[in-house]
Amino acid sequence: MKHLSAPVAPRWEHFPHGADVGIRGVGPTLDSALEQAALALTAVITEPHRVEARETVAVSCEAPGAEELLFDWIDAIVYEMSTRGMLFGEFSVRVAGNRLTARMRGETADRARHEPAVEVKGPTFTQLLVSHDAAGGQWVAQCVVDV
Amino acid sequence: MDVSVLEKIHEFEWRREPTAGMTVPVVVYATEDLIREMDDKMLEQACNVATLPGIVGASYVMPDGHWGYGFPIGGVAAFDANAGGVVSAGGVGFDISCGVRCVATGLKIDCIRAVQETLADALFAHIPAGVGSHGKIHLDDAGMEAMLRGGAHWAVERGWGTPADLDRIEENGRASGALPDAVSARAQERQRGEMGTLGSGNHYLEVQRVAEVFAEDAAAAFGLAVDDAVVSIHCGSRGMGHQIGTDYLREMERAAPRHGLRLPDRELACAPLRSDLARRYLGAMRAGINCALANRQILTHLTRGVLADILPDAVLDLVYDVSHNTCKEEEHGVDGRKRPLFVHRKGATRAFGPGHAELPAAFQDAGQPVLIGGTMGTESWVLAGTRGAMQLSFGSACHGAGRRMSRHQATRQWNGRDVVRELGRRGITIRAAGIRGVAEEAPGAYKDVAAVVDAAHRAGLARKVARLEPVICVKG
Repeated sequence: MKHLSAPVAPRWEHFPHGADVGIRGVGPTLDSALEQAALALTAVITEPHRVEARETVAVSCEAPGAEELLFDWIDAIVYEMSTRGMLFGEFSVRVAGNRLTARMRGETADRARHEPAVEVKGPTFTQLLVSHDAAGGQWVAQCVVDV
Repeated sequence: MDVSVLEKIHEFEWRREPTAGMTVPVVVYATEDLIREMDDKMLEQACNVATLPGIVGASYVMPDGHWGYGFPIGGVAAFDANAGGVVSAGGVGFDISCGVRCVATGLKIDCIRAVQETLADALFAHIPAGVGSHGKIHLDDAGMEAMLRGGAHWAVERGWGTPADLDRIEENGRASGALPDAVSARAQERQRGEMGTLGSGNHYLEVQRVAEVFAEDAAAAFGLAVDDAVVSIHCGSRGMGHQIGTDYLREMERAAPRHGLRLPDRELACAPLRSDLARRYLGAMRAGINCALANRQILTHLTRGVLADILPDAVLDLVYDVSHNTCKEEEHGVDGRKRPLFVHRKGATRAFGPGHAELPAAFQDAGQPVLIGGTMGTESWVLAGTRGAMQLSFGSACHGAGRRMSRHQATRQWNGRDVVRELGRRGITIRAAGIRGVAEEAPGAYKDVAAVVDAAHRAGLARKVARLEPVICVKG
């Protein structure tokens, strides 16, 4: 059963929610799932590949559980996008215990090049989930974001 | 939603009697057709609200009710502090004091048509809109505190409006009891460069034509006549409101066990009104309301500047400014006695009837203007509050159409450039920061606002005054 032991390919996707958007990151590790969830967040606004990695921003947050950590991680990215006027297209996450540290690479939002669709206001608890399928070696990190 | 789960009181009022955990019923004001379009989650959320401590009367749903966060959008719920009542960050929503402002121009629509494209370009150039846009105002710490306490008064004191504007804003342009200290440094930081910005999503600035008048008395009181040109602005408290919502949602959820609250949904996070957390949230939320009022005041000032350049005869007088994401302390008659209540309106508009003490003299006979936002291709509405609504819904009515489909579905169904072209053929000029955003906000992605307004009118929540059609729409 070779396919069962093959590493899960990191990926992100959106899922529908009424007026807003669900973001989902999938990966072989929690770190990877959180990185993919962040790409899904950027994809709500623009296509991540359009964002050039010109500047690096470091963030960290701490929370008692994985779901709260995802909530705070998304909150931290939204804060940095909002106050710096930037978009981010690359994320490198490391979770150790209750603490997340990350480096994000991106650039100042450019209306012509990024054609941003909508601002994200913040994370929500709706469909907030961090799960680990040990048999399949897959982590999922998801929530609905308010736009 | 299956209508059989509700008891039909009459054509426009439906009810769900209390079941496990609910202390009051759910009352939905809508037609059978509108209820069929509502999702099951909406009713589940309205039932959850009915379980919260100290709720009074009922958990109400307006005709535009749909699935929200904890509370349904289009939800109204009042809580009594003396009965262990709560305040909920989710019951107000992330965009605190998001609302609609309607401004008369003193011009007929023909004057706008003559300069339509030029005016659209100028509005788009001068109204900061969309992702990454910043205003020209940067607030230092002292300015931030003054803005959070002063709301639209603060803006008018700085020359961004006139004292006459303030009479035409809910609560006279300032929520009292704001506590700037209860607003986190992060929330303040998000707002420093965002004063006087429109935002994105369903927010807009539109030049509209008064297409139809339904109640001559109220229209005259509001200063509206057929073929008048008006400007409507739909936006809220920008980054600050969002961050206040996020901060307190998180804190209320963490503190719920300490307050003895068992939440059926994390998003219902709330705090007893008599707690320190509620005191701080209410203070921060009122600061958020002031931020939204100041923001719409600055946007009005920017609009006045644009029109003065292009149409010097324009005189921009406010019709009204009303919010639809709030919790306000109000006195209401319940079972024959006056009670102070904290009324949450989440995607619902205050709609006070004639004779209410909080209304300015000009609206004492007509009732409060109720401003209902539509889509860039359909219509918006001006309604008037009724005396009946004071009994039906604590003086509340609907706020908009509500989405029919998700953003993702909308982008698969429509191309933004096609939407702009099609609306152009119909005489509507669109200026938008992002073309994908136009597809996401395509008129077809929304429910029929006319059906929502008709239900509100026939349920007695508010009465129809005027229908407004878009001519120019600026989107973030």
